[in-house]
Amino acid sequence: MATADELTFHEFEEATNLLVETPDAVTTSRSDQLTPQGHLAVAVGSGSSYGADDEVEEESDKTALLQEKKQQPEFWTFGYYQSFFDVDTSQVLDRIRGSLLPRPGHNFVRHHLRNRPDLYGPFWICATLAFILAVTGNLTLLLAQRRDPSIHYSPQFHKVTVAVITIYCYAWLVPLALWGFLRWRKGVRERMGPYTLLETVCVYGYSLFVFIPTVVLWLIPVPWLQWLFGALALALSAAGLVFTLWPVVREDTRLAAAVLLSVVVLLHALLAMGCKLYFFQLLPPGHLAPLPQATSLSPSMLPPPTLTRSMATF
Amino acid sequence: MAEAAESPGDRGRASPRPLFAGLSDISISQDIPVEGEITIPMRSRIREFDSSTLNESVQNTIMRDLKAVGKKFMHVLYPRKSNTLLRDWDLWGPLILCVTLALMLQRGSADSEKDGGPQFAEVFVIVWFGAVTITLNSKLLGGNISFFQSLCVLGYCILPLTVAMLVCRLVLLAEPGPVNFMVRLFVVIVMFAWSIAASTAFLADSQPPNRKALAVYPVFLFYFVISWMILTFTPQ
Repeated sequence: MATADELTFHEFEEATNLLVETPDAVTTSRSDQLTPQGHLAVAVGSGSSYGADDEVEEESDKTALLQEKKQQPEFWTFGYYQSFFDVDTSQVLDRIRGSLLPRPGHNFVRHHLRNRPDLYGPFWICATLAFILAVTGNLTLLLAQRRDPSIHYSPQFHKVTVAVITIYCYAWLVPLALWGFLRWRKGVRERMGPYTLLETVCVYGYSLFVFIPTVVLWLIPVPWLQWLFGALALALSAAGLVFTLWPVVREDTRLAAAVLLSVVVLLHALLAMGCKLYFFQLLPPGHLAPLPQATSLSPSMLPPPTLTRSMATF
Repeated sequence: MAEAAESPGDRGRASPRPLFAGLSDISISQDIPVEGEITIPMRSRIREFDSSTLNESVQNTIMRDLKAVGKKFMHVLYPRKSNTLLRDWDLWGPLILCVTLALMLQRGSADSEKDGGPQFAEVFVIVWFGAVTITLNSKLLGGNISFFQSLCVLGYCILPLTVAMLVCRLVLLAEPGPVNFMVRLFVVIVMFAWSIAASTAFLADSQPPNRKALAVYPVFLFYFVISWMILTFTPQ
Protein backbone atom coordinates (compact mmCIF):
# COMPACT_ATOMS: atom_id res chain seq x y z
CA MET A 1 0.00 0.00 0.00
CA ALA A 2 1.85 3.11 1.21
CA THR A 3 5.51 2.84 0.35
CA ALA A 4 8.16 4.66 2.32
CA ASP A 5 8.53 6.92 -0.66
CA GLU A 6 4.93 8.09 -0.39
CA LEU A 7 5.18 8.65 3.35
CA THR A 8 7.80 11.39 3.03
CA PHE A 9 6.75 14.98 2.69
CA HIS A 10 6.42 15.99 -0.92
CA GLU A 11 6.87 19.43 -2.37
CA PHE A 12 3.69 20.65 -3.89
CA GLU A 13 4.82 20.28 -7.51
CA GLU A 14 5.55 16.63 -6.95
CA ALA A 15 2.13 16.27 -5.45
CA THR A 16 0.79 17.68 -8.68
CA ASN A 17 2.75 15.05 -10.59
CA LEU A 18 1.41 12.39 -8.30
CA LEU A 19 -2.07 13.65 -9.01
CA VAL A 20 -1.33 13.39 -12.70
CA GLU A 21 -0.25 9.79 -12.31
CA THR A 22 -3.17 8.81 -10.14
CA PRO A 23 -6.08 10.62 -11.74
CA ASP A 24 -8.59 9.00 -9.44
CA ALA A 25 -7.26 10.99 -6.52
CA VAL A 26 -8.26 14.25 -8.15
CA THR A 27 -9.12 16.96 -5.72
CA THR A 28 -12.09 19.28 -5.68
CA SER A 29 -13.07 20.50 -9.07
CA ARG A 30 -16.31 22.33 -9.35
CA SER A 31 -17.37 20.79 -12.64
CA ASP A 32 -16.99 17.32 -11.22
CA GLN A 33 -19.29 17.81 -8.33
CA LEU A 34 -22.05 15.84 -9.96
CA THR A 35 -21.08 12.75 -7.97
CA PRO A 36 -20.14 14.13 -4.59
CA GLN A 37 -20.50 10.77 -2.95
CA GLY A 38 -17.93 9.19 -5.20
CA HIS A 39 -15.51 12.01 -4.61
CA LEU A 40 -16.00 11.78 -0.89
CA ALA A 41 -15.06 8.13 -0.85
CA VAL A 42 -12.08 8.54 -3.14
CA ALA A 43 -10.67 11.56 -1.32
CA VAL A 44 -10.83 9.81 2.02
CA GLY A 45 -9.16 6.76 0.55
CA SER A 46 -6.29 8.67 -0.95
CA GLY A 47 -5.99 10.77 2.18
CA SER A 48 -5.26 7.76 4.29
CA SER A 49 -2.40 6.65 2.11
CA TYR A 50 -0.39 9.85 2.60
CA GLY A 51 1.68 9.83 5.71
CA ALA A 52 2.91 13.40 6.02
CA ASP A 53 0.97 15.53 8.42
CA ASP A 54 0.47 18.43 6.09
CA GLU A 55 -0.96 16.32 3.38
CA VAL A 56 -3.29 14.47 5.71
CA GLU A 57 -4.50 17.80 6.97
CA GLU A 58 -4.91 19.00 3.45
CA GLU A 59 -6.89 15.95 2.46
CA SER A 60 -9.06 16.12 5.54
CA ASP A 61 -9.62 19.80 4.86
CA LYS A 62 -10.71 18.84 1.41
CA THR A 63 -13.00 16.14 2.67
CA ALA A 64 -14.53 18.61 5.06
CA LEU A 65 -14.91 20.98 2.16
CA LEU A 66 -16.52 18.29 0.07
CA GLN A 67 -18.91 17.52 2.86
CA GLU A 68 -19.84 21.17 3.13
CA LYS A 69 -20.25 21.53 -0.58
CA LYS A 70 -22.31 18.41 -0.96
CA GLN A 71 -25.51 20.39 -0.92
CA GLN A 72 -24.33 22.78 -3.61
CA PRO A 73 -26.81 25.64 -3.94
CA GLU A 74 -28.69 25.95 -7.19
CA PHE A 75 -27.66 28.57 -9.68
CA TRP A 76 -30.70 30.72 -9.04
CA THR A 77 -29.96 31.16 -5.36
CA PHE A 78 -27.77 33.90 -3.99
CA GLY A 79 -25.60 31.41 -2.15
CA TYR A 80 -24.39 29.92 -5.41
CA TYR A 81 -22.80 33.18 -6.42
CA GLN A 82 -21.57 33.83 -2.93
CA SER A 83 -19.43 30.74 -3.20
CA PHE A 84 -17.43 32.50 -5.92
CA PHE A 85 -16.55 35.36 -3.62
CA ASP A 86 -15.36 33.27 -0.73
CA VAL A 87 -11.94 34.88 -0.41
CA ASP A 88 -10.18 36.94 2.20
CA THR A 89 -8.00 39.97 1.66
CA SER A 90 -4.86 38.00 2.35
CA GLN A 91 -5.81 35.37 -0.20
CA VAL A 92 -6.44 37.92 -2.92
CA LEU A 93 -3.13 39.61 -2.19
CA ASP A 94 -1.36 36.27 -2.28
CA ARG A 95 -2.88 35.45 -5.66
CA ILE A 96 -1.87 38.82 -7.03
CA ARG A 97 1.67 38.27 -5.81
CA GLY A 98 1.64 34.85 -7.42
CA SER A 99 0.63 36.31 -10.75
CA LEU A 100 3.33 38.97 -10.59
CA LEU A 101 6.12 36.46 -10.08
CA PRO A 102 5.52 33.42 -12.23
CA ARG A 103 7.88 30.54 -11.65
CA PRO A 104 8.32 27.56 -13.96
CA GLY A 105 7.40 24.94 -11.39
CA HIS A 106 4.51 26.75 -9.80
CA ASN A 107 1.24 26.23 -11.49
CA PHE A 108 -0.96 29.21 -10.61
CA VAL A 109 -4.11 27.15 -10.42
CA ARG A 110 -2.78 24.41 -8.21
CA HIS A 111 -0.47 26.50 -6.09
CA HIS A 112 -2.27 29.74 -5.52
CA LEU A 113 -5.87 29.09 -6.34
CA ARG A 114 -5.72 25.65 -4.71
CA ASN A 115 -8.75 24.78 -6.74
CA ARG A 116 -10.83 27.49 -5.10
CA PRO A 117 -11.16 30.07 -7.81
CA ASP A 118 -12.87 33.34 -7.11
CA LEU A 119 -14.55 35.93 -9.26
CA TYR A 120 -13.59 38.93 -7.14
CA GLY A 121 -10.06 39.18 -8.52
CA PRO A 122 -10.84 38.95 -12.25
CA PHE A 123 -13.81 41.32 -12.05
CA TRP A 124 -12.19 44.12 -10.08
CA ILE A 125 -8.79 43.81 -11.74
CA CYS A 126 -10.49 44.21 -15.12
CA ALA A 127 -12.49 47.19 -13.86
CA THR A 128 -9.39 48.83 -12.42
CA LEU A 129 -7.39 48.21 -15.56
CA ALA A 130 -10.10 49.62 -17.81
CA PHE A 131 -10.51 52.80 -15.80
CA ILE A 132 -6.77 53.25 -15.28
CA LEU A 133 -6.26 52.90 -19.03
CA ALA A 134 -8.80 55.61 -19.79
CA VAL A 135 -7.57 57.91 -17.03
CA THR A 136 -3.86 57.64 -17.81
CA GLY A 137 -4.54 57.94 -21.52
CA ASN A 138 -6.35 61.18 -20.87
CA LEU A 139 -3.62 62.28 -18.47
CA THR A 140 -1.04 61.72 -21.20
CA LEU A 141 -3.01 64.04 -23.44
CA LEU A 142 -3.18 66.62 -20.66
CA LEU A 143 0.57 66.49 -20.05
CA ALA A 144 1.24 66.69 -23.77
CA GLN A 145 -0.94 69.75 -24.04
CA ARG A 146 1.03 71.43 -21.29
CA ARG A 147 4.19 70.92 -23.28
CA ASP A 148 2.69 71.75 -26.67
CA PRO A 149 -0.28 74.13 -26.51
CA SER A 150 -1.32 73.41 -30.07
CA ILE A 151 -2.77 70.06 -29.04
CA HIS A 152 -6.42 70.30 -28.15
CA TYR A 153 -7.30 68.73 -24.84
CA SER A 154 -10.67 67.10 -24.28
CA PRO A 155 -11.88 64.65 -21.64
CA GLN A 156 -12.38 61.88 -24.25
CA PHE A 157 -14.94 60.09 -22.19
CA HIS A 158 -15.84 57.66 -24.95
CA LYS A 159 -12.51 55.96 -24.33
CA VAL A 160 -13.83 54.73 -21.00
CA THR A 161 -16.54 52.81 -22.80
CA VAL A 162 -14.06 51.37 -25.27
CA ALA A 163 -11.66 50.37 -22.51
CA VAL A 164 -14.32 48.67 -20.43
CA ILE A 165 -15.71 46.71 -23.35
CA THR A 166 -12.30 45.64 -24.63
CA ILE A 167 -10.87 44.52 -21.33
CA TYR A 168 -13.96 42.69 -20.20
CA CYS A 169 -14.46 40.94 -23.52
CA TYR A 170 -10.83 39.85 -23.57
CA ALA A 171 -10.74 38.66 -19.99
CA TRP A 172 -13.97 36.70 -20.19
CA LEU A 173 -14.39 35.54 -23.79
CA VAL A 174 -10.84 34.36 -24.41
CA PRO A 175 -10.85 32.09 -21.32
CA LEU A 176 -14.21 30.77 -22.50
CA ALA A 177 -12.74 29.91 -25.88
CA LEU A 178 -9.66 28.41 -24.28
CA TRP A 179 -11.70 26.32 -21.90
CA GLY A 180 -13.89 25.10 -24.74
CA PHE A 181 -10.85 24.20 -26.79
CA LEU A 182 -9.23 22.34 -23.90
CA ARG A 183 -12.37 20.41 -23.21
CA TRP A 184 -12.63 19.47 -26.85
CA ARG A 185 -9.07 18.22 -26.80
CA LYS A 186 -9.73 16.33 -23.57
CA GLY A 187 -11.03 13.51 -25.66
CA VAL A 188 -7.59 13.08 -27.15
CA ARG A 189 -5.88 12.78 -23.80
CA GLU A 190 -7.02 10.69 -20.88
CA ARG A 191 -4.76 12.13 -18.26
CA MET A 192 -5.14 15.24 -16.16
CA GLY A 193 -8.40 17.01 -16.80
CA PRO A 194 -8.50 20.58 -17.97
CA TYR A 195 -9.23 23.45 -15.69
CA THR A 196 -12.76 24.50 -15.00
CA LEU A 197 -14.08 27.63 -16.66
CA LEU A 198 -13.81 29.57 -13.43
CA GLU A 199 -10.17 28.64 -12.97
CA THR A 200 -9.34 29.72 -16.50
CA VAL A 201 -11.11 33.04 -16.02
CA CYS A 202 -9.26 33.44 -12.74
CA VAL A 203 -5.88 32.81 -14.35
CA TYR A 204 -6.52 35.34 -17.07
CA GLY A 205 -7.92 37.90 -14.67
CA TYR A 206 -5.02 37.76 -12.28
CA SER A 207 -2.51 37.73 -15.14
CA LEU A 208 -3.85 41.12 -16.25
CA PHE A 209 -2.86 42.65 -12.93
CA VAL A 210 0.72 43.30 -13.99
CA PHE A 211 -0.55 45.73 -16.63
CA ILE A 212 -1.95 48.11 -14.03
CA PRO A 213 1.39 49.48 -12.79
CA THR A 214 2.70 49.28 -16.35
CA VAL A 215 -0.06 51.54 -17.62
CA VAL A 216 0.68 54.04 -14.87
CA LEU A 217 4.37 53.93 -15.78
CA TRP A 218 3.44 54.65 -19.39
CA LEU A 219 2.83 58.23 -18.29
CA ILE A 220 6.57 58.79 -18.57
CA PRO A 221 6.89 60.34 -22.02
CA VAL A 222 10.02 58.45 -23.09
CA PRO A 223 9.06 56.13 -25.97
CA TRP A 224 11.74 53.46 -25.63
CA LEU A 225 11.05 53.26 -21.89
CA GLN A 226 7.37 52.75 -22.59
CA TRP A 227 8.07 49.91 -24.98
CA LEU A 228 10.49 48.41 -22.46
CA PHE A 229 7.89 48.45 -19.70
CA GLY A 230 5.32 47.05 -22.06
CA ALA A 231 7.58 44.20 -23.11
CA LEU A 232 8.42 43.43 -19.49
CA ALA A 233 4.79 43.34 -18.45
CA LEU A 234 3.87 41.22 -21.43
CA ALA A 235 6.66 38.78 -20.62
CA LEU A 236 5.57 38.40 -17.00
CA SER A 237 1.92 38.06 -17.87
CA ALA A 238 2.39 35.62 -20.73
CA ALA A 239 4.86 33.59 -18.68
CA GLY A 240 2.27 33.20 -15.97
CA LEU A 241 -0.26 31.98 -18.50
CA VAL A 242 2.15 29.60 -20.21
CA PHE A 243 3.39 28.05 -16.95
CA THR A 244 -0.18 27.50 -15.88
CA LEU A 245 -1.28 25.98 -19.16
CA TRP A 246 1.81 23.86 -19.70
CA PRO A 247 0.89 20.89 -17.46
CA VAL A 248 -2.46 20.60 -19.17
CA VAL A 249 -1.21 21.05 -22.69
CA ARG A 250 1.93 18.93 -22.63
CA GLU A 251 -0.17 15.77 -22.69
CA ASP A 252 -1.38 16.74 -26.12
CA THR A 253 0.50 16.42 -29.38
CA ARG A 254 3.44 18.77 -29.72
CA LEU A 255 1.85 20.62 -32.61
CA ALA A 256 -1.39 21.33 -30.77
CA ALA A 257 0.50 22.39 -27.67
CA ALA A 258 2.77 24.74 -29.56
CA VAL A 259 -0.08 26.26 -31.54
CA LEU A 260 -2.22 26.78 -28.45
CA LEU A 261 0.50 28.40 -26.40
CA SER A 262 1.59 30.66 -29.21
CA VAL A 263 -2.00 31.76 -29.87
CA VAL A 264 -2.43 32.58 -26.18
CA VAL A 265 0.75 34.63 -26.11
CA LEU A 266 -0.10 36.31 -29.39
CA LEU A 267 -3.55 37.41 -28.20
CA HIS A 268 -2.02 38.78 -25.03
CA ALA A 269 0.57 40.70 -27.02
CA LEU A 270 -2.10 42.08 -29.31
CA LEU A 271 -4.11 43.30 -26.34
CA ALA A 272 -1.11 45.03 -24.83
CA MET A 273 -0.11 46.62 -28.09
CA GLY A 274 -3.63 47.66 -28.98
CA CYS A 275 -4.12 49.34 -25.63
CA LYS A 276 -0.80 51.11 -25.88
CA LEU A 277 -1.49 52.44 -29.35
CA TYR A 278 -5.12 53.38 -28.85
CA PHE A 279 -5.00 55.04 -25.47
CA PHE A 280 -1.57 56.61 -25.54
CA GLN A 281 -1.18 58.05 -28.97
CA LEU A 282 -1.31 61.74 -29.64
CA LEU A 283 -2.24 61.91 -33.29
CA PRO A 284 -4.58 64.72 -34.32
CA PRO A 285 -8.23 63.65 -34.41
CA GLY A 286 -8.27 63.20 -38.18
CA HIS A 287 -6.04 60.16 -37.95
CA LEU A 288 -7.97 58.66 -35.07
CA ALA A 289 -10.91 57.45 -37.13
CA PRO A 290 -9.57 54.22 -38.64
CA LEU A 291 -7.67 53.10 -35.56
CA PRO A 292 -10.47 52.82 -32.96
CA GLN A 293 -12.52 50.70 -35.31
CA ALA A 294 -9.67 48.28 -35.76
CA THR A 295 -8.71 47.97 -32.11
CA SER A 296 -12.10 48.02 -30.53
CA LEU A 297 -13.56 45.26 -32.64
CA SER A 298 -11.25 42.39 -31.90
CA PRO A 299 -7.57 42.42 -31.12
CA SER A 300 -6.78 39.50 -33.37
CA MET A 301 -7.84 41.39 -36.44
CA LEU A 302 -5.38 44.26 -36.02
CA PRO A 303 -3.88 44.84 -39.48
CA PRO A 304 -0.09 45.24 -39.61
CA PRO A 305 -0.06 48.43 -41.77
CA THR A 306 -1.79 50.37 -38.99
CA LEU A 307 0.90 49.18 -36.65
CA THR A 308 3.75 50.46 -38.80
CA ARG A 309 1.98 53.75 -39.49
CA SER A 310 1.44 54.44 -35.83
CA MET A 311 4.94 53.38 -34.93
CA ALA A 312 6.28 55.77 -37.54
CA THR A 313 4.66 58.72 -35.78
CA PHE A 314 6.48 58.00 -32.53
CA MET B 1 -32.91 20.05 29.61
CA ALA B 2 -35.77 18.09 31.11
CA GLU B 3 -36.19 20.41 34.07
CA ALA B 4 -38.64 22.59 32.29
CA ALA B 5 -41.36 21.48 34.61
CA GLU B 6 -42.02 25.03 35.67
CA SER B 7 -43.55 25.87 32.31
CA PRO B 8 -46.46 28.28 32.31
CA GLY B 9 -48.76 25.57 31.07
CA ASP B 10 -48.21 23.39 34.12
CA ARG B 11 -48.49 26.12 36.65
CA GLY B 12 -52.22 25.74 37.02
CA ARG B 13 -52.01 22.06 37.87
CA ALA B 14 -49.10 22.26 40.29
CA SER B 15 -49.62 23.36 43.89
CA PRO B 16 -49.83 27.13 44.31
CA ARG B 17 -46.35 28.58 44.74
CA PRO B 18 -45.17 32.07 45.46
CA LEU B 19 -44.99 34.14 42.31
CA PHE B 20 -41.86 33.70 40.21
CA ALA B 21 -40.48 31.22 42.72
CA GLY B 22 -39.10 28.70 40.30
CA LEU B 23 -38.05 31.23 37.73
CA SER B 24 -34.37 30.97 38.54
CA ASP B 25 -33.99 27.37 37.43
CA ILE B 26 -36.16 27.41 34.35
CA SER B 27 -34.62 26.14 31.23
CA ILE B 28 -36.64 25.91 28.09
CA SER B 29 -36.58 22.55 26.41
CA GLN B 30 -37.32 21.97 22.81
CA ASP B 31 -40.87 20.73 23.12
CA ILE B 32 -42.32 23.51 25.28
CA PRO B 33 -43.73 26.19 23.04
CA VAL B 34 -42.85 29.66 24.18
CA GLU B 35 -45.13 32.31 22.86
CA GLY B 36 -45.59 35.90 23.56
CA GLU B 37 -45.52 39.27 22.02
CA ILE B 38 -42.58 41.57 22.02
CA THR B 39 -43.39 45.12 21.12
CA ILE B 40 -40.71 47.62 20.27
CA PRO B 41 -41.86 51.18 20.01
CA MET B 42 -41.13 51.96 16.38
CA ARG B 43 -41.73 55.18 14.64
CA SER B 44 -43.96 53.58 12.05
CA ARG B 45 -46.31 52.31 14.71
CA ILE B 46 -46.53 55.73 16.25
CA ARG B 47 -47.23 57.14 12.84
CA GLU B 48 -50.03 54.70 12.38
CA PHE B 49 -51.80 56.09 15.38
CA ASP B 50 -51.80 59.53 13.81
CA SER B 51 -54.00 60.03 10.84
CA SER B 52 -52.51 58.23 7.87
CA THR B 53 -50.19 60.27 5.74
CA LEU B 54 -52.63 60.15 2.87
CA ASN B 55 -54.67 63.00 4.32
CA GLU B 56 -51.92 65.45 5.04
CA SER B 57 -51.22 68.36 2.80
CA VAL B 58 -48.67 68.03 0.03
CA GLN B 59 -46.51 70.65 1.65
CA ASN B 60 -46.23 68.52 4.78
CA THR B 61 -45.18 65.51 2.79
CA ILE B 62 -42.58 67.35 0.82
CA MET B 63 -41.19 69.18 3.82
CA ARG B 64 -40.93 65.97 5.81
CA ASP B 65 -39.01 64.23 3.07
CA LEU B 66 -36.83 67.27 2.46
CA LYS B 67 -36.03 67.47 6.14
CA ALA B 68 -35.07 63.80 6.17
CA VAL B 69 -32.82 64.31 3.16
CA GLY B 70 -31.29 67.41 4.71
CA LYS B 71 -30.64 65.62 7.95
CA LYS B 72 -28.79 62.90 6.08
CA PHE B 73 -26.75 65.50 4.21
CA MET B 74 -25.61 66.81 7.58
CA HIS B 75 -24.66 63.32 8.65
CA VAL B 76 -22.54 62.91 5.53
CA LEU B 77 -20.82 66.26 5.91
CA TYR B 78 -19.94 65.56 9.52
CA PRO B 79 -19.53 61.79 9.57
CA ARG B 80 -19.93 60.25 12.96
CA LYS B 81 -20.68 56.71 13.85
CA SER B 82 -24.42 56.96 13.67
CA ASN B 83 -27.06 54.76 12.21
CA THR B 84 -29.32 57.37 10.74
CA LEU B 85 -28.28 56.79 7.17
CA LEU B 86 -28.68 53.08 7.54
CA ARG B 87 -31.86 52.95 9.57
CA ASP B 88 -34.03 55.37 7.62
CA TRP B 89 -32.63 54.94 4.18
CA ASP B 90 -34.15 56.73 1.26
CA LEU B 91 -33.07 57.21 -2.32
CA TRP B 92 -34.23 60.79 -2.81
CA GLY B 93 -30.91 62.22 -1.79
CA PRO B 94 -28.87 60.05 -4.15
CA LEU B 95 -31.26 60.87 -7.00
CA ILE B 96 -31.02 64.62 -6.41
CA LEU B 97 -27.25 64.44 -6.16
CA CYS B 98 -26.83 62.24 -9.20
CA VAL B 99 -29.07 64.41 -11.38
CA THR B 100 -27.30 67.57 -10.22
CA LEU B 101 -23.89 66.08 -10.90
CA ALA B 102 -24.90 64.73 -14.29
CA LEU B 103 -26.42 68.05 -15.34
CA MET B 104 -23.33 69.94 -14.31
CA LEU B 105 -20.95 67.50 -15.94
CA GLN B 106 -22.72 67.44 -19.26
CA ARG B 107 -20.68 68.87 -22.04
CA GLY B 108 -22.11 72.20 -22.88
CA SER B 109 -21.93 72.66 -26.60
CA ALA B 110 -23.87 70.57 -29.05
CA ASP B 111 -20.95 69.91 -31.34
CA SER B 112 -20.70 66.53 -32.94
CA GLU B 113 -17.17 65.94 -31.82
CA LYS B 114 -16.70 62.52 -30.34
CA ASP B 115 -14.26 63.70 -27.76
CA GLY B 116 -15.74 65.41 -24.83
CA GLY B 117 -16.97 64.94 -21.36
CA PRO B 118 -19.54 62.41 -20.31
CA GLN B 119 -23.10 62.70 -21.41
CA PHE B 120 -25.89 62.85 -18.88
CA ALA B 121 -26.72 59.21 -19.44
CA GLU B 122 -23.12 58.13 -18.99
CA VAL B 123 -22.82 59.83 -15.62
CA PHE B 124 -26.15 58.44 -14.54
CA VAL B 125 -25.20 54.92 -15.57
CA ILE B 126 -21.80 55.12 -13.92
CA VAL B 127 -23.23 56.35 -10.64
CA TRP B 128 -26.13 53.98 -10.37
CA PHE B 129 -24.60 50.87 -11.86
CA GLY B 130 -21.42 51.55 -9.95
CA ALA B 131 -23.37 51.77 -6.70
CA VAL B 132 -25.33 48.60 -7.52
CA THR B 133 -22.15 46.72 -8.39
CA ILE B 134 -20.45 47.77 -5.18
CA THR B 135 -23.49 46.77 -3.17
CA LEU B 136 -23.65 43.38 -4.84
CA ASN B 137 -19.96 42.95 -4.27
CA SER B 138 -20.22 43.68 -0.58
CA LYS B 139 -23.19 41.38 -0.21
CA LEU B 140 -21.44 38.57 -2.06
CA LEU B 141 -18.43 38.95 0.19
CA GLY B 142 -20.67 38.28 3.13
CA GLY B 143 -21.60 41.73 4.37
CA ASN B 144 -24.76 42.07 6.39
CA ILE B 145 -26.02 45.35 5.05
CA SER B 146 -29.18 45.44 3.05
CA PHE B 147 -29.21 46.34 -0.63
CA PHE B 148 -30.97 49.69 -0.39
CA GLN B 149 -29.13 50.77 2.73
CA SER B 150 -25.89 50.40 0.88
CA LEU B 151 -27.21 52.24 -2.18
CA CYS B 152 -28.40 55.01 0.13
CA VAL B 153 -25.01 55.40 1.80
CA LEU B 154 -23.07 55.37 -1.45
CA GLY B 155 -25.43 57.85 -3.04
CA TYR B 156 -25.40 60.27 -0.13
CA CYS B 157 -21.62 60.19 0.07
CA ILE B 158 -21.45 61.72 -3.40
CA LEU B 159 -22.43 64.99 -1.70
CA PRO B 160 -18.85 66.19 -1.08
CA LEU B 161 -18.01 65.55 -4.72
CA THR B 162 -21.08 67.49 -5.88
CA VAL B 163 -19.90 70.38 -3.72
CA ALA B 164 -16.49 70.01 -5.37
CA MET B 165 -18.16 70.19 -8.79
CA LEU B 166 -19.90 73.43 -7.83
CA VAL B 167 -16.65 74.91 -6.58
CA CYS B 168 -14.84 73.79 -9.75
CA ARG B 169 -17.40 75.43 -11.96
CA LEU B 170 -17.05 78.65 -10.02
CA VAL B 171 -13.27 78.50 -10.21
CA LEU B 172 -13.45 77.84 -13.95
CA LEU B 173 -15.16 81.20 -14.41
CA ALA B 174 -11.83 82.79 -13.58
CA GLU B 175 -9.03 82.80 -16.11
CA PRO B 176 -7.49 79.42 -16.95
CA GLY B 177 -3.97 78.60 -15.93
CA PRO B 178 -1.89 76.34 -13.75
CA VAL B 179 -3.10 78.05 -10.56
CA ASN B 180 -6.66 77.40 -11.65
CA PHE B 181 -5.84 73.76 -12.16
CA MET B 182 -4.04 73.46 -8.84
CA VAL B 183 -6.96 74.91 -6.95
CA ARG B 184 -9.37 72.54 -8.63
CA LEU B 185 -7.08 69.60 -8.04
CA PHE B 186 -6.77 70.44 -4.37
CA VAL B 187 -10.53 70.83 -3.90
CA VAL B 188 -11.30 67.59 -5.71
CA ILE B 189 -8.70 65.64 -3.73
CA VAL B 190 -10.02 66.94 -0.41
CA MET B 191 -13.61 66.15 -1.31
CA PHE B 192 -12.63 62.73 -2.62
CA ALA B 193 -10.98 61.92 0.70
CA TRP B 194 -14.05 63.21 2.51
CA SER B 195 -16.37 60.97 0.47
CA ILE B 196 -14.23 57.93 1.12
CA ALA B 197 -14.04 58.68 4.83
CA ALA B 198 -17.79 59.22 5.09
CA SER B 199 -18.77 56.08 3.22
CA THR B 200 -16.20 53.94 4.99
CA ALA B 201 -17.48 55.15 8.35
CA PHE B 202 -20.90 53.85 7.47
CA LEU B 203 -20.06 50.76 5.45
CA ALA B 204 -16.97 49.25 7.01
CA ASP B 205 -18.67 47.84 10.07
CA SER B 206 -20.98 45.67 8.08
CA GLN B 207 -18.21 43.57 6.56
CA PRO B 208 -16.48 40.54 8.00
CA PRO B 209 -13.19 41.70 9.49
CA ASN B 210 -10.86 39.85 7.14
CA ARG B 211 -12.57 41.20 4.03
CA LYS B 212 -12.90 44.87 4.85
CA ALA B 213 -10.26 45.92 2.34
CA LEU B 214 -11.91 43.86 -0.39
CA ALA B 215 -15.21 45.64 0.19
CA VAL B 216 -13.77 49.14 0.55
CA TYR B 217 -11.53 49.07 -2.54
CA PRO B 218 -14.42 49.24 -5.07
CA VAL B 219 -15.78 52.26 -3.19
CA PHE B 220 -12.40 53.90 -3.63
CA LEU B 221 -12.45 53.12 -7.37
CA PHE B 222 -16.00 54.45 -7.71
CA TYR B 223 -15.28 57.81 -6.12
CA PHE B 224 -11.98 58.01 -7.98
CA VAL B 225 -13.77 57.74 -11.32
CA ILE B 226 -16.31 60.38 -10.31
CA SER B 227 -13.52 62.67 -9.10
CA TRP B 228 -11.73 62.19 -12.39
CA MET B 229 -14.85 63.18 -14.31
CA ILE B 230 -15.16 66.31 -12.17
CA LEU B 231 -11.51 67.24 -12.51
CA THR B 232 -11.40 66.91 -16.28
CA PHE B 233 -14.52 68.95 -16.85
CA THR B 234 -13.75 71.70 -19.30
CA PRO B 235 -16.42 74.18 -20.29
CA GLN B 236 -16.73 74.73 -24.00
